Amino acid sequence: METYLDNSATTMCYPDVAELVSKIMTQDYGNPSSMHHKGLVAENHVKDAAGKIAATLKADPSEIMFTSGGTESDNLALIGVARANMRAGKHLITTQIEHPAILETMKHLESEGFEVTYLPVDENGLVRLEDLEHALRSDTILVSMMFVNNEIGAVEPVAEAGTLIKRVNPSTLFHVDAVQGYGKFRICPKQMGIDLLSVSGHKIHGPKGIGFLYIRSGVKITPIVYGGGQQKGMRSGTENVPGIAGLACAAEEIYENFDAQHVQMQELKHYFIRTLSEKLDNIRFNGKTDETSAPHIISVSISGIRAEVLLHALEDKEIYVSAGSACASNRPHVSETLKAIHVQNELLDSTIRFSMSVFTTKEQIDYTIETLCAIVPMLRRYSRQ
Amino acid sequence: MQYHAFVIKYAEIGIKGKNRYIFEEALVRQMRRVLERCEGKFVITRVAGRIYIEASDFDFDETIANLQTVFGITGICPAVTIERDENAKLPDYQHLSEAVIKFIEGVYPDRHKTFKVKCRRVDKTYPMDSMEIDRSLGGDILEHFPEMKVDVHDPEIWLNVEIREKINIFSEIIPGPGGMPLGTSGKAMLLLSGGIDSPVAGYMIAKRGVEIEAVYFNAPPYTSERARQKVVDLAGIIAKYTGKVRLHVINFTEIQLYIYDHCPHDELTIIMRRYMMKIADRIAASQNCLGLITGESIGQVASQTMQSLLCTNEVVEDMPVYRPLIAFDKQDIVDISLKIGAYDTSILPYEDCCTIFVAKHPVTKPRADIIRKHELDLADKIDELVQTALDTDEVVEIRK
Repeated sequence: METYLDNSATTMCYPDVAELVSKIMTQDYGNPSSMHHKGLVAENHVKDAAGKIAATLKADPSEIMFTSGGTESDNLALIGVARANMRAGKHLITTQIEHPAILETMKHLESEGFEVTYLPVDENGLVRLEDLEHALRSDTILVSMMFVNNEIGAVEPVAEAGTLIKRVNPSTLFHVDAVQGYGKFRICPKQMGIDLLSVSGHKIHGPKGIGFLYIRSGVKITPIVYGGGQQKGMRSGTENVPGIAGLACAAEEIYENFDAQHVQMQELKHYFIRTLSEKLDNIRFNGKTDETSAPHIISVSISGIRAEVLLHALEDKEIYVSAGSACASNRPHVSETLKAIHVQNELLDSTIRFSMSVFTTKEQIDYTIETLCAIVPMLRRYSRQ
Repeated sequence: MQYHAFVIKYAEIGIKGKNRYIFEEALVRQMRRVLERCEGKFVITRVAGRIYIEASDFDFDETIANLQTVFGITGICPAVTIERDENAKLPDYQHLSEAVIKFIEGVYPDRHKTFKVKCRRVDKTYPMDSMEIDRSLGGDILEHFPEMKVDVHDPEIWLNVEIREKINIFSEIIPGPGGMPLGTSGKAMLLLSGGIDSPVAGYMIAKRGVEIEAVYFNAPPYTSERARQKVVDLAGIIAKYTGKVRLHVINFTEIQLYIYDHCPHDELTIIMRRYMMKIADRIAASQNCLGLITGESIGQVASQTMQSLLCTNEVVEDMPVYRPLIAFDKQDIVDISLKIGAYDTSILPYEDCCTIFVAKHPVTKPRADIIRKHELDLADKIDELVQTALDTDEVVEIRK
């Protein structure tokens, strides 16, 4: 039974989305900047998309900037805000468990002369608000925090952080990397004190190579890509019309049945954790597993096995999972998140991530549990000595 | 400069006496093979100890890059040729001198250089002898380009003028890979692991004109599909030189686990390697190979001490084991790996089957008699497992 449990790496595209993308590529292929009818049709696709996406965030369509995905959105948010506001200060705050798209960009900004504070997290991967409060300074221009951690599914106290930031220092901007959170939670930037929000299309059953950055109107930000002045000059380059339309279609679809799907994933997650804990000993689930955690991510350390070997053994049974963080598993890499939550050294290499989607079924979860119970004891028998 | 010919230099095969034509024909065959994948028209002729390529509508860089993969070529000289006229008469000296001046103009934009003219007159009917031509051309060049200077001992430009069935003018010699043309030796079986050493070992033996087959030991789920793909890619790099590589993928997991269960852990690697050699030997024999090739180098790791080599060597019954890197330092191996373009692939961090169960302290001085004794504990099932591995040999044919 093919069981795809690597949805935090990427998801299957909704068939409707694929169909729409294909239709736009072959029929409505105009350039939105062209003056003729074909251009207008394309432009309307972009406008519609911005409207649909804005609706999911209770935002204005003019606040949606399309990018090539989560990484570009994060880069634009951080670099664009830092450069535009450097006269107000050169201090930035983020956390130790961010995605490399944030951490590496912060490293780059440090080389441009910015100072960055990296907040630690507790054993569940959660930022402590008092740490944030202590770190905030009068010259802090931006705080960047992820909504959901991609490795362990910790849900950060984003709304509380937003309120705190605005209370302590109203001019500090707040960016949220919601690549793993959008579609899994209802997000209302204006209520949560969020000024910028990054989203990626392919994590919500949309196409790859498309994403957006929500930029609250009034935020001071400069572009990082220059050219023909598309998207009000904030992100030049001919709009990826099929991608944009596909992204909007996926966003609409994922929020359409939001409540039922959220409950379904949450229940499967609890079932998975409960059953596996009963059947296998010496395993440890990382981060919180209750309903305050992300409904789709399960991180488990299984002592005595190497995650990569288990991954390939599961692959042989058509179960696809990820070892640590998928973006980085093809190079020797110690997970920053797992280190930050103090997972024991010998378990770092034994940690595997299951991530579900709206398409995950109970049969697939049962099959996965059954397969794990068959494989793990065998793998534990053969280990390096 | 618009070249339209290449003079191909080859060294060793020039000395093979009566067998020489076999080598030259093999060399021409290999040149044809690589030129087939290049843009352009090429005519290869072989006359009196020289091979010429006439080229038209071709891409210079692509042609050179491909010729540099032909073993046996020591130098590639891009040349300008002057043909005989309709009466089969070679151009007179005046004509030749003009061509030489034009050649220098085209090839050397900066002419603040020392030079020497070296003429070879093969066609003795040409009215001037080679010494006269050297002197006269030297004089003409100095007159045209006062910034140039003669240096007969260590010139920056060696200007070669060959007078034969046509006149060839060339100065630059682009190095070839050397070695012997492919297909003049035989076939050998390379144990290809995915590391840095084994592709280099394969390349070096191939360079002696040897056709390469390879065997890779796959250990799913302990090794991944990407590790296997990496080995296919490495075989492809060797195939760039040899045209094709037949890669045998052997599933080794069961054998490895069986050894794990029955032998002392610190001897696991050495025993495993003995079985790899045994299996390679049997496949090689069945494929009419004349030798095994490994990337071993004395003392590099525990399984490559002299004691370990003795231990793994003794299980090969049918043929010699060639170990071209045996006395190489790691850096020298890395240099060759970089040169043949294998390095970036070799260092991709995928686990190979030799390291998955490696003990913290593997034996470094195994004694063959003790190893043989411990292998008796495998007697129950090992022959059957080896046979299954051989029966499920998956062959990947890689052509370039």
